[in-house]
Amino acid sequence: MEMPKPDITVLDRKSEIVQKLLKVLPKDAVIFEDRETHAYECDGLTAYRCAPMIAVLPSTTEEVSAVLKICHAEGVPVVPRGSGTSLAGGALPTEDCVILGIARMNGVLETNYDDRYIRVQSGRTNLSVTGAVEANDFFYAPDPSSQLACAIAGNVAMNSGGAHCLKYGVTTNNLLGIKMVMMDGEVVDIGGAYLDNAGLDLLGVICGSEGQLGVVTEATLRILRKPEGARPILMGFNSNEVAGACVSDIIKAGVLPVAIEFMDKPCVEAVEDFAQAGYPTAEAVLIVEVEGSDEEIDEQLAKIVAIAKKHDPVELRESKSAEESAAIWAGRKAAFGAMGRINDYMCLDGTIPVSELPLVLRRIGEMSEQYGLKVANVFHAGDGNMHPLILFDANKPGDLELCEEFGADILKLCVEVGGCLTGEHGVGVEKRDLMSTQYTDADLDAQMRVKDVFDPKWLLNAAKVFPLASSDARRSA
Amino acid sequence: MTQTAEQKLADQVAQAHSNGQKLRIIGGGTRQSLGNICDIATTVSTLDLNGISLYEPGALTVVAGAGTPVEDIEKALAAEGQRLPFEPMDHRGLLGSQGTPTIGGVVACNVSGPARIQVGSCRDSLIGVRMVDGTGSIIKNGGRVMKNVTGYDLVKLASGSFGTLGVLTEVAFKVLPASEATATIKIQGLGDEVAVATLSEALTAPYDVSGAAHITAQDTKDATTLIRLQGFKKSVAYRAEKLKEQLSKAGDISVVTAEKQNVMLWKTVRDVEAFHKKETAVWRISVAPSDGPKVAQALRDITDAQVVYDWGGGLVWASVPYGTDARSALVGIDGYAVCIRDQDTSAQSVVPQNAAIAKIEQGLRAKFDPKGILNTGIMG
Repeated sequence: MEMPKPDITVLDRKSEIVQKLLKVLPKDAVIFEDRETHAYECDGLTAYRCAPMIAVLPSTTEEVSAVLKICHAEGVPVVPRGSGTSLAGGALPTEDCVILGIARMNGVLETNYDDRYIRVQSGRTNLSVTGAVEANDFFYAPDPSSQLACAIAGNVAMNSGGAHCLKYGVTTNNLLGIKMVMMDGEVVDIGGAYLDNAGLDLLGVICGSEGQLGVVTEATLRILRKPEGARPILMGFNSNEVAGACVSDIIKAGVLPVAIEFMDKPCVEAVEDFAQAGYPTAEAVLIVEVEGSDEEIDEQLAKIVAIAKKHDPVELRESKSAEESAAIWAGRKAAFGAMGRINDYMCLDGTIPVSELPLVLRRIGEMSEQYGLKVANVFHAGDGNMHPLILFDANKPGDLELCEEFGADILKLCVEVGGCLTGEHGVGVEKRDLMSTQYTDADLDAQMRVKDVFDPKWLLNAAKVFPLASSDARRSA
Repeated sequence: MTQTAEQKLADQVAQAHSNGQKLRIIGGGTRQSLGNICDIATTVSTLDLNGISLYEPGALTVVAGAGTPVEDIEKALAAEGQRLPFEPMDHRGLLGSQGTPTIGGVVACNVSGPARIQVGSCRDSLIGVRMVDGTGSIIKNGGRVMKNVTGYDLVKLASGSFGTLGVLTEVAFKVLPASEATATIKIQGLGDEVAVATLSEALTAPYDVSGAAHITAQDTKDATTLIRLQGFKKSVAYRAEKLKEQLSKAGDISVVTAEKQNVMLWKTVRDVEAFHKKETAVWRISVAPSDGPKVAQALRDITDAQVVYDWGGGLVWASVPYGTDARSALVGIDGYAVCIRDQDTSAQSVVPQNAAIAKIEQGLRAKFDPKGILNTGIMG
């Protein structure tokens, strides 16, 4: 992975910069010893590592502002970091950067059930937002798989999704307002506890900008009343095409499940070996979950069963209880672990139009043969968000590179059929150099113009999202 | 939409850019009076960008040229049992305008309706745009898939930008199934505070409310509180029964189940029919729902004001005498107010932002339209 050359003039001033930071932060919030900065050398994309020059852990918005003012004045690159769970290398440091971690800012500032919002500090984990309101039967809808660990700051930066976004949307659809510190230290409040905002939709463009426009320190989030209940149905089919057609028919029939998960045969086999979830031996397995009261769930499941039966299923297993629901979900939830037991894997998240599913799965199978690397597919079928897991051996020289090449081919295929490179993980460094397959130079320039406005010196997380060659003139200006 | 039509439009903008010629963007022309006054004689029309280029019911996606009539899209969706999720309002009645609303105008003004409380606004369903920026360059962002975090979300930025960042040429949406049945719980005679508290109670119950409005007493008509439930027949009946039971203490309560009546009721709310044909100014105020009645009271304290609440109380439509500045009712309350209709259209209708935000907005406009030729001044 190519990263920009570190700025020697910054590295030379390290001790001076540390001293300045120590003037605005407590001693334990400035980390600069080599053996300690290594803790921040990578995020969830562990294939790439680089210890930062310094890491800081501010506790307040004022401290974040003070840090950014110093870095701005000194021309020091800053990489914001939530919980470091990014699968795209969104928090990967550069050698000359200050990692700005917001983990210490994890409080709940305000909860309002009548107006259905919660205001939190951005270091709070996704799951603990729901944790703060579930005693009152409320929840925060976006549910990325890393929700136990990932921070709201990272969710906002990456516009995180999850299994239930077919019904509830992703982060951007559930974010009402933010407090953000600009690279020059200025603090801005955008949006609030109300639905529509004045002026341009800055909230909309900040969400998903991968920490390149500012450091979000507080977020006002929409919370929802929990449904009365939810239950899944498991279905097995003899071909991916048939399973894909079934998904499409369910949607066309007017049923809007909260989740439609799809697993192909290699995935099901791995899951069975690992978790013994009792999944059928089928080419494709679907798990469809619906919500409501018991009667409402029964009504929706009956419609789904009627549709599925037209597609000649090899298995139909409707959950009637919490235990049966857990058993159905057990395999799906173990999928990533099951793959990890077999080998190292790389998880992609390109999205495709649902109608292209059979073609894409067939092509991935052919490519798997060509590259000699196994791949399993598990994904959110309702919205076409694929998750091909490519197996490789990190200890075998050349295998990672081969896997990356294979992955790039899959993503190019996603774009070719009308989809996109990433549906929920973000671009980061991982997909940065593929951006030109989806966007023209003019398209990329339009996006970079936005960064020019928020961060004219290009100091914030600048080596991500855009191909280095495209952003070079701006970064080195 | 044809590529030629898009290129033609791009050429026109490029030409105007090089001449420093200002352009007024026009689609169906039904929302031209929204925003600050923007008196530019030369127009650029989106009407040649007409037609649905892609509709996949099984993938819940539709793509159309910006000049496509909203009605054409709604008809095509209805034929497959689907709908635009955000229920865009028709401004003609309120603004007294003529013409055919186009989808580009809906997006440019980020127009939503009562369903916004459940499924989000126009920008939440918008998944892709193509537009021509102020230099004549064609830009695309997003695409035709509903989950997409590839690069910055300029889709959101374009929605509600009133054409100031570019002329929209094509828009793509995530759509939803139309509902099999609708029921509206109707309560008569509630005061503002009790009504909004009742809406809040409905919205915090687990019954998936898709509309929550309160029309205050006007002339001889009683105040009416409306709560909408949609979905499959049995489910709607079940939820309506549950909610009616829960809210029965509120007063004179009934349930409307006839489809035609429901459509009419919610069109009344969506298009703010209460204020059609009135000789008044109309303001649109967005606040936290429980602040809605406070804003209304503050307005009544200073003038002769009538209000309609949507979005559970968080959207306040206020009818006030011509020339009233309703922003004064927002002192000490978070949110924003914008004038939608007034006699003197030269009055500034858009709230100025605080300095830091205004600087960012100004910066963005300068990057996308360096000579400031597109709908100049419409957003302040």
